[in-house]
Amino acid sequence: MAEVSLQNISKSFGDQVALENVDMTIPDGSFVVLLGPTGAGKTTILRMVSGLDKPDSGQIFINGQDAASQSPAQRNMAMVFQQYSLYPHLSVRQNLAFPLKSPMLRTPADEIVRKVAEIAEVLQISHKLDSKATELSGGEMQRVSIGRALVRNPQMYLMDEPLSSLDAKLRSDLRIELKRIQSSLGATMLYVTHDQVEAMTMATHVGVLDHGKLVQFASPREIYENPVSIYAASRLGSPKINLLPADLFPGAPEGASKIGLRPEHINVGEGQTASVIRVEHLGDQTRLHLKLGESELITFTDAHSTLAKGETLKIAPKNPLYFDANGDRI
Amino acid sequence: MSGFSVTEPSKRQKWISGLLVISYALITIMPLLWIIGTGFKSPEDAISYPPKVIFEPSLEGYVNLFTTRTRITASMEGNLPPPDTWYEQIARNSGTIISGPSRYGQRFLNSVIIGFGSTFLAIFFGTLAAYAFSRFKIPIKDDLLFFILSTRMMPPIAVAIPMFLMFRQLGLNDTHLGMILLYTAVNLSLSVWLLKGFIDEIPFEYEEAALIDGYSRFQAFYKVVLPQAATGIASTAIFCLIFAWNEYAFAVLLTSGDAQTAPPFIPTIIGVGGKDWPAVAAGATIFLIPVMIFTILLRKHLLRGITFGAVRK
Repeated sequence: MAEVSLQNISKSFGDQVALENVDMTIPDGSFVVLLGPTGAGKTTILRMVSGLDKPDSGQIFINGQDAASQSPAQRNMAMVFQQYSLYPHLSVRQNLAFPLKSPMLRTPADEIVRKVAEIAEVLQISHKLDSKATELSGGEMQRVSIGRALVRNPQMYLMDEPLSSLDAKLRSDLRIELKRIQSSLGATMLYVTHDQVEAMTMATHVGVLDHGKLVQFASPREIYENPVSIYAASRLGSPKINLLPADLFPGAPEGASKIGLRPEHINVGEGQTASVIRVEHLGDQTRLHLKLGESELITFTDAHSTLAKGETLKIAPKNPLYFDANGDRI
Repeated sequence: MSGFSVTEPSKRQKWISGLLVISYALITIMPLLWIIGTGFKSPEDAISYPPKVIFEPSLEGYVNLFTTRTRITASMEGNLPPPDTWYEQIARNSGTIISGPSRYGQRFLNSVIIGFGSTFLAIFFGTLAAYAFSRFKIPIKDDLLFFILSTRMMPPIAVAIPMFLMFRQLGLNDTHLGMILLYTAVNLSLSVWLLKGFIDEIPFEYEEAALIDGYSRFQAFYKVVLPQAATGIASTAIFCLIFAWNEYAFAVLLTSGDAQTAPPFIPTIIGVGGKDWPAVAAGATIFLIPVMIFTILLRKHLLRGITFGAVRK
């Protein structure tokens, strides 16, 4: 178990800036999710922490010790790579046993057998143990890749979109399983994803990255309710936060150019008049696509709503978030 | 299957391509079959004209290859004990007695030691160098690679005189070590280039995964890269062995006795007691066997090795 602290980390690849002055502390036992689009620097942070890449400037501390001189093996971290990286010349069983056999661990043979069987059970790949790694489907490869990380007890787990190529059912199963394993072991986890459901349900902390900068680091609830910018606000929530011109509703503060409204933060029955342009019945709820002036927005309403396209209703903001012209929160 | 298919060749196409392959194989294998056949002919049949395709097989060539013989003189006749082995009998039939073993066995052994020894070294150093060229940032890497390749741009024999003088100075003339070093040096350029190509194809991510899994860089190389490069190593080894095994010019120049390999030795059989073509053919036939076995053992790798890089994944 470990506390990892990144201090002023910068990294460029050629003239491409991957990370810029990132400060972040991953507390012991936390589940930190990094959010951001492709190229935001999520994977680069993972690689810095693992020791596969070195920062151009700045320091990484693991349990208070400068990690600059530590090899990846010495850092004792397990990593799930985005591209699986299963050893193609080995069977699934040998792939899972590979980290246990390392000179760092030298696990006794009977314990290897026990641990491999245990993890294969959890990941539902017991029947594939004797297959070659190259004979598996994408989802199976990804599970073996997760298993190769979970099979040992490292200081920290690093996972790069580990659930991305699984089907929906397995993804939600494994999401719960990963969270269960993490909290029962008290393990520290650094996790990269695009999936905001994963971020909301698993994370104790979320780091929002934008072009190599860490723009917000807080609990998922805090980022959801109190985002620092339009960018951070857009990372979480489904459907996405509605962004409208600030002057559509009265009461906008000085300098506000946009108002951000979560779909559930719209009161129906008073205020401006909007027309319904689409109604989506999802069973447990109904989504209303509305048109207000030139803008479109989405809100929720009662599951048994009888509203139809073309009808009008009055809406008013509740807990609005205001942003200035740069997209920063006011 | 019926109907038109882009990927599945038609029956006629299969027939034609099969026929072409078989006729090409026959053409290339003809000289080989002729040599093997000649080894089992009597000396008379071997030089008869028109050439004999059907002949009475004889082991005389093989007996002559492995033995030295003296002609039975008039004074010996009658005093000789009856032949006690089948090869003695064959020698008697052609009017000779066996006076001892020939040097073919020892020359053959030299070929084995020098051929396999130099192949091992060329692969060992070649793999390490190829890995370094493939993975590490090396100053003037491209120039170094070109320099390594440039040693193959001239016929090796062009440097025969300097080689000869150098070997004499170093006392490497007619030694196994000298020949192993020479063939290793010539083969290294080939092995570095071929193996670099194979190692380039192995994604670096596997080594990164191994580093994370608790292995050092060298252990990652040994446990993850080497097994995946096995195909490339096998096919490179075959090419290196074939070169070292068949090399003639340097062997003639730099060896004469203790370390002489089979290629310069086989032609000298001609000089001993007339043109003994069956013995020469027998020597060539036996000489083929080790490379053949080696190639068959590594065949499945070789096939992939030759076509490697033709199709990009």
